[in-house]
Amino acid sequence: MRLLRVLATLSFVMLLGGSALAQSPTYGVGSTPTAEEIREWDISISPTGKELPPGRGTAEEGALVYQQQGCGVCHGADGTEGQAPRLIKLDVDPDSARWGLGRVLPIRAPYATTVWDYINRAMPMYREGTLTADEVYALTAFLFFKNDLVSETEVLDAESLPRIEMPMVDAFAPMPEDWKPGMPRLEGYPY
Amino acid sequence: MDAKRPDRRGFLKSGAALAGGLTLGAVEPASAQMPAAPTMIRGNDEMIAYGGRSSFVTSVRIPHGNRPSPDAFGLVFHVAAPLQDSVGMITPSSLHFVGTTRGSFIPDIDPREHRLLIHGLVDRPLTFTMEDLKRLPSVTRPHFIECAGNRATPEHETVQETHGMTSCAEWTGVLLSVLLKEAGVRDGAPWIVAEGTEEIKGASSIPMAKAMDDCMVAYGMNGEAVRPQNGFPLRLLVPGFEGIFHSKYLRRIKVVDRYYMTYNDYGHLRQGPVEARLGWQIGPKSVITFPSAGQQLPGRGFYGVTGLAWSGGGAITRVEVSTDGGRNWMDAEIQGTAYRMAHTRFGFQWNWDGQETELLSRCTDEMGQVQPTRAQVAAFFNVPRDPGYRVPGMDNSIQPWRIARDGTIHNAIA
Repeated sequence: MRLLRVLATLSFVMLLGGSALAQSPTYGVGSTPTAEEIREWDISISPTGKELPPGRGTAEEGALVYQQQGCGVCHGADGTEGQAPRLIKLDVDPDSARWGLGRVLPIRAPYATTVWDYINRAMPMYREGTLTADEVYALTAFLFFKNDLVSETEVLDAESLPRIEMPMVDAFAPMPEDWKPGMPRLEGYPY
Repeated sequence: MDAKRPDRRGFLKSGAALAGGLTLGAVEPASAQMPAAPTMIRGNDEMIAYGGRSSFVTSVRIPHGNRPSPDAFGLVFHVAAPLQDSVGMITPSSLHFVGTTRGSFIPDIDPREHRLLIHGLVDRPLTFTMEDLKRLPSVTRPHFIECAGNRATPEHETVQETHGMTSCAEWTGVLLSVLLKEAGVRDGAPWIVAEGTEEIKGASSIPMAKAMDDCMVAYGMNGEAVRPQNGFPLRLLVPGFEGIFHSKYLRRIKVVDRYYMTYNDYGHLRQGPVEARLGWQIGPKSVITFPSAGQQLPGRGFYGVTGLAWSGGGAITRVEVSTDGGRNWMDAEIQGTAYRMAHTRFGFQWNWDGQETELLSRCTDEMGQVQPTRAQVAAFFNVPRDPGYRVPGMDNSIQPWRIARDGTIHNAIA
């Protein structure tokens, strides 16, 4: 009985392995994740695209994925009509302000990575997070092609995607990124 | 409801006898006005284990934002708290407002399986179990959370519709700064991205100055575990910032080198620089919850006017009430302690003369920020104020209630 308990304890300690024994410096709690665990969890994509995974896709392929995944059920067959948000820019005079293109993610997002990141983490509804990297690149390419940002055959991958210049990149007012504790929302507003 | 309701006549007899016995030679008994003896509820296991409220208390939340919750698929979008029935500063957990980014299911998380990962620009990436987090030094603080969509329109008919997307709970957890220091944030890392476990893994970028100031990783809410609709088992509190920052089902904090512009972040972006600065941190805001639209005053006479005030800029230092449509303002009483970034209850003694009038409240916070009228905001932006005027940024404008001569009360935004 006692031997069993010792063996059980021993194997438990061995299971923990070297890295998991590392704990936080002040309180000695928590454990150290493996690089593989972090990779698996980390789905945040910087505007620089540095976390983008390997893979590739074109608009041609994306049109197929759009059909196969049933995107049109919510977004409409051509991405303009459906219960879910519109995916294609509004048909406006090309000379009119870029704000007239509408609140349409693949045209209004300031960075291409925002579009890739959102499709990857949040689509398709009910099967979020199940698309392969190739499928996400292809869908992103398809939506960018439909919004006149890339050609139908342009290959999007970790290198080319962050280089797409989005039309709204410098259209937005800066957010209060210099926020500090004790700072009013807007000095002097309103009275 | 097992017990049989006692016969009313029997009560009247015994009540009169009792009252008579107590008041010999004193005040006349008003037995005809005394209530009937209540039905007795037999104790049951359920109420012994987890108490419920009286069957006579029927205050409930309602779907908000012109979209059903739950919808046909069972998704929850926005649900507003019944502020018209609120007392004190704490919103009961069962009535706390709920907001989701695009409509969401509630993840049914086993807390033993839950992990919080902190990584990115840190010296020591760390994973915490719920057990780990509960071993760390904790804080307990009341904080409001308000949805950026908490915006009154002329069409709204009750304070629940105009203001119900704010609530205040007592939160317990670990300061995010404690966890970030344990992980060792690399010099100058300016941002974090906080991410939830729900199906869309909603993520928001938060400036490091805020993360290190007063953000809290909360596992407790009003003396028990955070409720599933509010992020069980773990949610981020970003006191005073728009609701969308307060990531529910928190699973990951990534320390990063720039504004990551997630889908949630993109939703904050504005065209005008002034409007952009009126986002993020919520301005000083107050509303009278009684008397408020949809309620009915029985007649002229005394009323204890009461309401809530809060600010993303800190503690409320002053609340004023006007009972004449904003011509004259008088100080209201701040009831209890005014905590930083928490609902603060105020009261004001009012004798209604039975004439039509408007009730308003306005508040000031510790930074000296004052709640504006819609007319003042429109004048600031130099635009005409029509009834549909949309206050830019987070709407913290003054809410007027019109009291009609018949005691009915209506939303007076115009």
